[in-house]
Amino acid sequence: MVMKGYTAVSADGEAILYEDRKRWLWALSLLYPLQPLLGIWLHYLTGVEAWLLLPLLTGYLIAPLMDWVLGEDQNNPPDAVVIQLDRDRYYRILTYIVVPLHFIALIGAAWWAGTQELSAWALVGLAIVTGLTSGLGINTGHELGHKKSRFERTLAKIVLAVPAYGHFWIEHNRGHHRDVSTPEDPASARMGESIYRFATREIPGAFRRAWAIEKERLTRREKPTWSTDNQILQSMALTLILQCTLLLLFGWKMIPFLLLHNAFAWWQLTSANYVEHYGLLRRKDENGRYERCQPHHSWNSNHIYSNLVLFHLQRHSDHHAHPLRRYQSLRHFDDLPTLPSGYFGVYLIAYVPWLWFRIMDPRLLALPHVRGDLDKVNIEPGQRSKILEKYASTASA
Amino acid sequence: MSVFQCPECGYRFDEEVGDTHEGYKPGTKFHTLPDDFACPDCAVRFKEDFVEA
Repeated sequence: MVMKGYTAVSADGEAILYEDRKRWLWALSLLYPLQPLLGIWLHYLTGVEAWLLLPLLTGYLIAPLMDWVLGEDQNNPPDAVVIQLDRDRYYRILTYIVVPLHFIALIGAAWWAGTQELSAWALVGLAIVTGLTSGLGINTGHELGHKKSRFERTLAKIVLAVPAYGHFWIEHNRGHHRDVSTPEDPASARMGESIYRFATREIPGAFRRAWAIEKERLTRREKPTWSTDNQILQSMALTLILQCTLLLLFGWKMIPFLLLHNAFAWWQLTSANYVEHYGLLRRKDENGRYERCQPHHSWNSNHIYSNLVLFHLQRHSDHHAHPLRRYQSLRHFDDLPTLPSGYFGVYLIAYVPWLWFRIMDPRLLALPHVRGDLDKVNIEPGQRSKILEKYASTASA
Repeated sequence: MSVFQCPECGYRFDEEVGDTHEGYKPGTKFHTLPDDFACPDCAVRFKEDFVEA
């Protein structure tokens, strides 16, 4: 494969040549949204309904396995080429093409669910795997929603309409990035908080925050909250059109299908949010303001496969340091809080809370900026006394 | 009339133009923005971080 090189001169006058070894692998992004359709095709060919669950296999078995086999990639673009790399249109075009693919995946799966005589479990299974796939659509919306251009922000609103999560890019950009790793952030998990409890705080909390932010903006513009200028309602209107059309075309089965689909797409985001900042806490200064988000306020993973699936989302510290930086330019740094595996593997751990606490709590307390000091950890208030009792002795270590 | 810039992402608040999308009318002085004003593009730099361009 022909490599594309970027040349620049570093700050100390040295000539740099950088080649992105993952350049062509990023094109795999175009395949992931189509997984439910591959399952449907195999079901069509063989008549075996279990094929419909194929994306469960690729998400929860193949992805962690690939992370384990392929391992990590610490390859970084040098600072001097980041601007060139950001400007290379190839990378962003991939994110644009992914958008219609998410519509095709949902419509295709809904068509199959609505027109075939599927058993109840197969219908439920197809709804879940399509939802997990649309969860990747939230990830694409995340990448696009962070950009300045109106075109990319519009695409974010469009792709977020698939899983009915149009408020996400406002909530994430203007809320989560501002409040990350503080007790006030509904999208940052606390030590001792299980993912299930977190979901009940995160899903409604994030929506309320997005709505408040958008309401404030519209008030400044002297517009009513319920207006066509409301960016959350714009995306949700598209959801309404899309999902009502599916209901009209394919009948009552679409009600459980779409509800499950939406819930499991949201669950994917909840899973990502849960692992990204678990227990991490920004300090408050003497004026009561939180310190700026530092690299040690995010958990990271350099696992190559899951990073390819998620547009480098796992290089999360650099994302929080530079929220507008494009995925291809996100960088790895040494000595950051690091997850034991890529996201898909750690999600499985997170779904078993006792196992998650057992693996992650010692990892959290061992971080160089924490060193067992529980005052430097974002702790679930209801678990505080239990955690203090369990770990207080490590503080002086 | 002055222009203030976000040091992280380069967002520019031009007092002459304001930012109508955000609801700040043309002629809005930067110092009259709310104290908790965060950069509308990156939200990781705040009013006190902005530099006059």
